[in-house]
Amino acid sequence: MHPAPSVIIFTTLSGLGFGLLTFLGLGKPAVTGWVAFVFYALAFGFAVGGLLASTFHLGRPERAWRAFTQWKTSWLSREGICAVAALLIMGLFAFGAVFLDTHWWILGWIGAALSLATVFTTSMIYTQLKTIPRWNMPLTPVMFLTFSLTGGALLAGAEALAPWFLAIAGAVQLAYWAKGDQAFAASGTDIGTATGLGDRGSVRAFEPPHTGSNYLLREFVHEVGRKHVMKLRAIAITLGFALPLICLILPVEGFMAKHLLAGLAVLLHIAGVAASRWLFFAQAEHVVGLYYGKR
Amino acid sequence: MTQLPTHTDRKMGLVIDLDTCVGCHACVISCKGWNTENYGAPLSDQNAYGSDPSGTFLNRVHSYEVQPSPCSSQPDPAAQLVHFPKSCLHCEDAPCVTVCPTGASYKRVEDGIVLVNEDHCIGCGLCAWSCPYGARELDQAAGVMKKCTLCVDRIYNENLPEVDRVPSCVRTCPAGARHFGDLGDPDSDVSKLVAERGGMDLMPELGTKPVNKYLPPRPKDQIDDQIDVLAPLLTPVAEEPKGFLGWLDKALDKLPGHSEGGSN
Repeated sequence: MHPAPSVIIFTTLSGLGFGLLTFLGLGKPAVTGWVAFVFYALAFGFAVGGLLASTFHLGRPERAWRAFTQWKTSWLSREGICAVAALLIMGLFAFGAVFLDTHWWILGWIGAALSLATVFTTSMIYTQLKTIPRWNMPLTPVMFLTFSLTGGALLAGAEALAPWFLAIAGAVQLAYWAKGDQAFAASGTDIGTATGLGDRGSVRAFEPPHTGSNYLLREFVHEVGRKHVMKLRAIAITLGFALPLICLILPVEGFMAKHLLAGLAVLLHIAGVAASRWLFFAQAEHVVGLYYGKR
Repeated sequence: MTQLPTHTDRKMGLVIDLDTCVGCHACVISCKGWNTENYGAPLSDQNAYGSDPSGTFLNRVHSYEVQPSPCSSQPDPAAQLVHFPKSCLHCEDAPCVTVCPTGASYKRVEDGIVLVNEDHCIGCGLCAWSCPYGARELDQAAGVMKKCTLCVDRIYNENLPEVDRVPSCVRTCPAGARHFGDLGDPDSDVSKLVAERGGMDLMPELGTKPVNKYLPPRPKDQIDDQIDVLAPLLTPVAEEPKGFLGWLDKALDKLPGHSEGGSN
C-alpha cells in the first residue's frame, strides 16, 4: 500500500491523543486548572490534528459529514462517530476540570471508553480488509490499542504503568511482524486463484494492460518502500519501545531530570511509532497487485 | 444504504470467454468512450500527451502466460497466452458496498448492479482498498470513485435501437468474447453458457461471490480433429497464375534480366 503521509500522521497522532484522553478520563492524573488545560490541549491537539490530517486524502473533503451516516456496516463511519462523540464528551469533562475545578466522573469514564472505541474502530478499518492479508488479522487491533495506551501512559506521566505498556506493546509489535510476514502466503490467494488459471499450470503476467502507471498501481503496489524493512524495524523497535523503556527505568533523582527523560521518552516513542506505521502501510501487500505480476 | 440486499430480483452481469478474447482492447476503448460521454463524471486522463500519461479506466485487458507442467502425455507442453479483460464483477457479497462510509456505494435490488452515487462520494478510496479485483479507480480530476455501471444508461435506454441495449464492451467486442445477461436465471443464455463451459469465479476464496463469470480457455495445442474452424478457408486459392496473369507472368519471364522470386 502507498504509505501516504496523511494516514501515517493521522493514525500515529490520533492514537496518541485518544490514548491520553483515555487516561485523563479515568483520572490518571486527576488534574484541574492550568495543569489540566495543558494536558487537554495536548490530547485534543493530537486527536483533532490527526483527524484533520486524515481528511487530506479525501477526493471531496467538503462532503465529509456524510461519513457519519453508514454506521450499520462501515467501520470508517463508526470511527467518525466514535471520534466526534469522544471529543464532545471529553470536551465537557475537560471544561469541568479546567474551569470549574470539578470532575464529572461519569462523563470521564464514558469519554475514556469512547476514546478507546475510536482507536479500535480505526484499527478495524484496516483489519476488515481481506484484500490485504497482512492487516486482516486479530493482532492488528491489538497493536493499535496497545500502542495508543502506551503513548497515552507516557504522555499522562503514568510512571508505574508506562514501562509495562512499553514492554507489552514492543512484544505485540514483534508478534505482528512475525505473523504478518506469513499472512499473504497463508491467505491462499495467488496469481493462480486471481486469474482462475492456476490449475492448468504456472501463471505469469505477460503483458500489463497499459505501459504507464495507474491509480491502482500508485495506491496498492509499493515495492520500493520495502527495501529497508529490517533496518526500519530495528529503528521502530529501538526508538518506539526499547529506548523509552530505558529512559523511564533509569534511576535518576530530581524533578527536572525525571521530566526531561519522560519528555525524551515521549519524543522517541512518537518517532518509533511513526516508523512502525510507515512499515504498516508500505509492507501491506494488496491482492490486486497479483494481476500486475507485482506485490 | 450500504447494507447489501439479501436478494436481488435479477443478477445482471457479464460472461467473459477467455478462449475467444484476442486481446484487442476494443472493449477498453469503447468503455472509456461511452462512460466519458454519459453517466456521471467523465473518465479523466492526466498528462495524456506527456511523458507519464495516466487515466481512469473501468475495464482493462491483461495478458497472462500459462505454462503447464510436463507430464507423460505431454513431456514438453507449450505455454499458452491468455488475454484477460477485467472489470467490476458486480459481486453478490460486495465488500466495496459495506465499507462505504457515506452510502454512496450501493447494490441495486432490481438487477444487482453495483453503482456509486457520485454526488455523495467523498473519495476516501476505502472501497477500492476492499476490492480484490482492482475494479474501482478514483478519478483524479473529479475526486470521486469510478466503476463499471454495466452501462446502466444503455441497457434500459429506449432511445437506443434494441441491438445496442447491452454494455458498450459487449456491443463492441469483435470476437464475441463478452456476453451479457441474467446470471440469476438458470435458463438464460449466459447461464447455459456458464454451465456448458465450466464458468469460474475469480478469487473465490475471498467470499465475494462474483456475478460475472469467466469461461476457461481450451488448450489449443491439444485440439486434434481441427486446427481452426477457418482452416478450410485458409488453403491457397491460386498457386499457379492463370489467364491474363499467367500470360503476363510468362511474357515477363522471357524478358532479359533477373526477376525476384524465381520463375515458373
